[in-house]
Order: sequence, then C-alpha cells, then structure tokens
Amino acid sequence: MRCALVDRPIEIAAIVSEVARNSNGATLLFIGTVRDVNNGRAITGMDYTAYASMATRELTEILGEAAQQFETEDIVVEHRLGTLGLGDASVAIAVAHAHRGPAYDASRYVIEQLKQRVPIWKLEHYVDGSREWVGTPVKTRETGRLTPETATVIQADGA
Amino acid sequence: MTVTVLLFASYADLLGKNQLTLDLSPGATAGDALGQIQTFPGAHRIPANPLIAVNERYARRDQVLAAGDEIAIIPPVAGG
Repeated sequence: MRCALVDRPIEIAAIVSEVARNSNGATLLFIGTVRDVNNGRAITGMDYTAYASMATRELTEILGEAAQQFETEDIVVEHRLGTLGLGDASVAIAVAHAHRGPAYDASRYVIEQLKQRVPIWKLEHYVDGSREWVGTPVKTRETGRLTPETATVIQADGA
Repeated sequence: MTVTVLLFASYADLLGKNQLTLDLSPGATAGDALGQIQTFPGAHRIPANPLIAVNERYARRDQVLAAGDEIAIIPPVAGG
C-alpha cells in the first residue's frame, strides 16, 4: 500500500505496475479528472491544496481500512496538488486483488472515503475569470454530516 | 500555554492568514481555541460549528489541549 500527495502529473502506468502481482487476477484503476463544468458553471482549471500531513495520515488510515476490509495490500493512491487544467488527473487509485469483486469494492471505498474525510480543497477557476472554493461538509460513513460532536465516529469506524 | 492554529482554503482567505498563534489558559479545549479565533477580523463568516482537527486528527470541541498542539479549522473538503 502506498499513498502520496504529488505536485507533478500522476504517472498512471507506474501506479498500475506497482500493484501488479502474479497472485492477482483483477486490477482496477480509477482516475479522477478535472471536468469542464461544475454546478452549471464553465471551468478552465483548478488549484488543489491540502493540509498535507493530515491528508497523508487520513489516506494512510483509509488504505489500512480498505486492506483489512477487502483483503488486499495492493492499493496505491496518488492525489495531485497545485494548478490543474481540464482533463488533468487529480487523483488515481490502483487496486489489485485475486478477484474482481473485492477489487471494485476497495477502489470505490477508497475514493468515497477520500472525498469525505481527506483535508484537500479545490479552488475552481471559471471562464469569467472568477475563482471560488468548493467543498462538501465532511461526512461519516453511516451517520451523514459530521459535526465536531460526532467527529470521533470516524476514528471509531477506522479502528 | 501557546498553541498553533492552521487555516486553509476559504477560511484562510477569510482571515487573511494561514497560521496564527493563540495563548490559552491551561485546560483550554479545542472549542475555547475556536472561540478565540472567531473574534478575529473576518472570522464571522466561518460557520459557527466548523470541523476541528487537533494534531492531525478530527477532534471534538471538548478535547482538552496541551501546549504546542496544532489545531486546524477544516473547511468542507473537496478532494478527488
């Protein structure tokens, strides 16, 4: 397992190779890319920023949860930071497993948890030149919106 | 005691800084730190009940702080 925040283009082929193993019968690759429209507004690009040390810690915990739940150690995640253009890969997740079912499940688990928990933010650039931070409230797996009072739910889930 | 507060993204823009230092009484909680931050210029636009992390972990407001702790006020996240 490996996770990284990177300030260069994600090397897709490299992370796929990294999870390869003769005992694996299925390899899943998820790539998140910068889309040209969000909430009806045309976009030209975006800046990603992170609380890097905590983001790495959360990603590491997510990978540990996925490994335990879906029984594979062959998971690699890279998330790019900095300024990205349309079509650029912002995140890539490679998962390999003996069987396809758990590979799909683990890939889905990692991206959904990443989007809910990992402290990364994006500043969207619009065609009219304006810029805006976007984001969704952090959520727990089962209980919906996370408040400071329920924050420990995440830690309990991850234990 | 002194603690460090980190601000990110929209919250850093609102306060015009990404880091500040607070002087708190011994036994102060994460909620006490948040209360002080909310008195800073620009902080009135931060939601009343934002997510807080202490030393890189999501924390409850009643978590007691120690000198040197790193507190982060976490805006809605948007990775992926």
